[in-house]
Amino acid sequence: MIRNSTQKLSYLQAIVEAQREEMRRDERVILMGEDIAVYGAQSLFDEFDETRLRNTPISENSFVGVGVGAALTGLRPIVDLTIASFCYLASDQIINQAAKLRFMTGAQLKVPLVVRTSTFYNNRTAAQHADRPYPLFMNTPGLKVLAPANATDAKGLLKSAVRDDDPVIFFEDINLWGKKEEVPVGDDGLIPIGKASIVREGSDVTIVSIAGCLPHAKSAAVALEKDGINAEVIDLRTIVPMDKETIISSVAKTGSLVIADNSHKVGSVASEIAAVVSEEAFESLCKPIQRVCAPQVHVPYSAALEKKLFASKERILNAVYKIV
Amino acid sequence: MQLDRDQQLKLFTRMLRIRKFEEALIAHNPVGHLSIGQEGTIAGACMALRDDDFVTGTHRSHGHPIGKGADINPLMAEIFGKRTGICKGLGGSMHLTDTSMGLIGESAIVGGGLPLATGAGLSIQVRGADQVSLCFFGDGATNQGTFGESVNMAAIWKLPVIYFCENNGYAVTTSVEKSHGQPDIYRRADGYGIPGVVVDGQDAEAVHAVTLEAVNRARSGEGPTLIEAKTYRFDEHSNRLAIPIEYRSKEEVEHYRNERDPITLYRNVLLSRDLRVDVERIEEQVNNAVDEAVEFAKQSPEPEMSDLWDCLFSNPIAPAGDKGLPE
Repeated sequence: MIRNSTQKLSYLQAIVEAQREEMRRDERVILMGEDIAVYGAQSLFDEFDETRLRNTPISENSFVGVGVGAALTGLRPIVDLTIASFCYLASDQIINQAAKLRFMTGAQLKVPLVVRTSTFYNNRTAAQHADRPYPLFMNTPGLKVLAPANATDAKGLLKSAVRDDDPVIFFEDINLWGKKEEVPVGDDGLIPIGKASIVREGSDVTIVSIAGCLPHAKSAAVALEKDGINAEVIDLRTIVPMDKETIISSVAKTGSLVIADNSHKVGSVASEIAAVVSEEAFESLCKPIQRVCAPQVHVPYSAALEKKLFASKERILNAVYKIV
Repeated sequence: MQLDRDQQLKLFTRMLRIRKFEEALIAHNPVGHLSIGQEGTIAGACMALRDDDFVTGTHRSHGHPIGKGADINPLMAEIFGKRTGICKGLGGSMHLTDTSMGLIGESAIVGGGLPLATGAGLSIQVRGADQVSLCFFGDGATNQGTFGESVNMAAIWKLPVIYFCENNGYAVTTSVEKSHGQPDIYRRADGYGIPGVVVDGQDAEAVHAVTLEAVNRARSGEGPTLIEAKTYRFDEHSNRLAIPIEYRSKEEVEHYRNERDPITLYRNVLLSRDLRVDVERIEEQVNNAVDEAVEFAKQSPEPEMSDLWDCLFSNPIAPAGDKGLPE
C-alpha cells in the first residue's frame, strides 16, 4: 500500500493549508475578512494577490453579505468572521439571506459560501468575545454547521465546505488552534460533511463530544478504563447535518449517554442530541442522559471562574459516574 | 445616449406591464406592496442594463423583474402561491426573483440587498467580467447600516455597482424629512467619495439617461455611483396594511396621481412623437398578456410539501429531526 503524504500541522495551520489548496485548485475561491493580511492568511499573500484576498473594513454584516452576493454570482468565498461573538452582527445576512435565498427563490439560486469563525473561550476575553453560538445556527434551516476537533478534520472539513453548494458555518475552537498532528496533503484529506467520528471504541458508556471538548473526553475515557469502564468516544465533527445513526448505534451498544458541549446548556447541541436519542432510541437507554455544558451564565473575565464553566475531564467523569 | 424608437416603445411596454400587472393584483389577489407610481423609475433604470447584468431589489418587488424584462406568467403565479410560480410558490409577493433575468434576490429585510449587490460587483471584478450590478433600495434603507457599509466597500474596491435609491418619500408612514438629518440622499455619496446624482423619477427617459451614465462608468472600471430617483407611491405601503393616520395629505396623493403619473407623462411624450398606433397596440398587448397571466396563475397547481425540503439544500441531506413531514 502506498503511504499517502502528510505534513505536521497545527489546527490553525491546517486551516490555512486547506485555504491554500482550495484557492490553487479553484480560481473561484476567494478569502475575505478583517486584517487577514496580518492574521491568518499572511502566507497566502505570497501566492495570491489582493484580487482574491480581501482585507475588509469593520463591517461584519455587510462583508458577510458581500460574500453571499459573490457566492450567488459565481464565486466560492470563504469569509473569515474572526470571532464567533461577531456572528450576531452578521446574523441578518447569514440567517435572512445566506440560509434563505435558495429556498425563497424556489432553488433558482445557490449559496456556496463558507463563514469561518472561532470560538474564543478559555482565553480571558470576557463575555463579548467568548461565545460558542452553535445552537443559533443549528436552529436555522438552510445552514450546514461544522465544528472540527483536530487538525486533520479541520483541514478536510474546510476543503469539503468550500466545495459544497450550500452555506456552511465553520466553527474553529481556539483551544485547539495550536495542537499539531500529521495531516494529509491534498484531496486524500477530504472529510465528508455529516459524518461523526468514533475516536475510541467502547461498550459501557457513550461520550459524544463537540469541538474543544474532545481532549477532555479522551482523557476521561483513559481514566475510566482504569476503573474498568470502557467508554466509547464520538467526535460529532458536523453539527448540521447531524450523524444521528452513529450516535444511536453507539447508545444501542452502551445503553448510556454523556454529551460534552461547551455551548450554553439551554437549547444546546447537547439538548438536541438528547432529544433525538430520547425520541428515536429511548428503549436503548438504561440511565438518564447527562449533558456537560456551559451553565446559563455569561463568560467572566476571571480565569479562575471561566475555566469552571467549560467541559473538563473531571466534569465528564462526574457525569459518567452518575449513571454508570 | 438617446433611446431609439424601439427602445422607447420597450420602455413604455415595461412600465405599462408593471402598472397592469398590479392593477390585476388589486382586482384578483389583493396582496403586497405595489409599485404603482414608480414605474418610470424602475423601468427607466432597467432599460440601461443588459440581460446579464445583476439586480437586487426590495419587498416592493413586482416592478424589478418586469422592468428587467421577465415573463409575467411565472411572476403572477408566484403571487398566487402556485407551484408554477417563479419561486415555486415559496417566495411570494416580496421576493419575485427571476434569476434568468439577472435578479439575485428581492430582500424584504430593508437594506438587505445592499451587501448582495455589492458582492455581485465583487464577483464581477474578480472574474474579470464586464457586467454591472444594480441595487434597488428605498429611502428607508439608507438609514440601515448596510447602506454605509456596502457603499464604502464598493468605493474602496471600485466595484461596478449602481446604488439606485427609489425615493418615494416615505418609509411606510415616516417621511424622509422626519427620518433623515440631511434629506438629499444623493449627497450622501460625497461621504464615500463617489458620485451622487438626483433625477426626476417620474421622467422615465431622464432616469434611463442618468442610469446609463452610471452603468457606463461602472463597466469601464471607474467604480460605483449613487442615484436618487425622486418618485412617489400612489397606493399605501402595503395592500394588507391598515393605516390609521393621515401621514400624507389627500391633496398630495391626488397631485401625483393627476399631474405626475409616469405612464401618462411618458404616453404623452410618445404621442407627441407620432407613435399613437404603436402605443395603442402595446396597450392592447399588455392587457391581453396580463389577462393570460391571471388565468395561468389561477389554473396552476399548489406546491407540494416535499418542495420545501427539495429547495432547502443543494445536495439532499436529512438534518436531525426535521425531514419528516408534519402529521
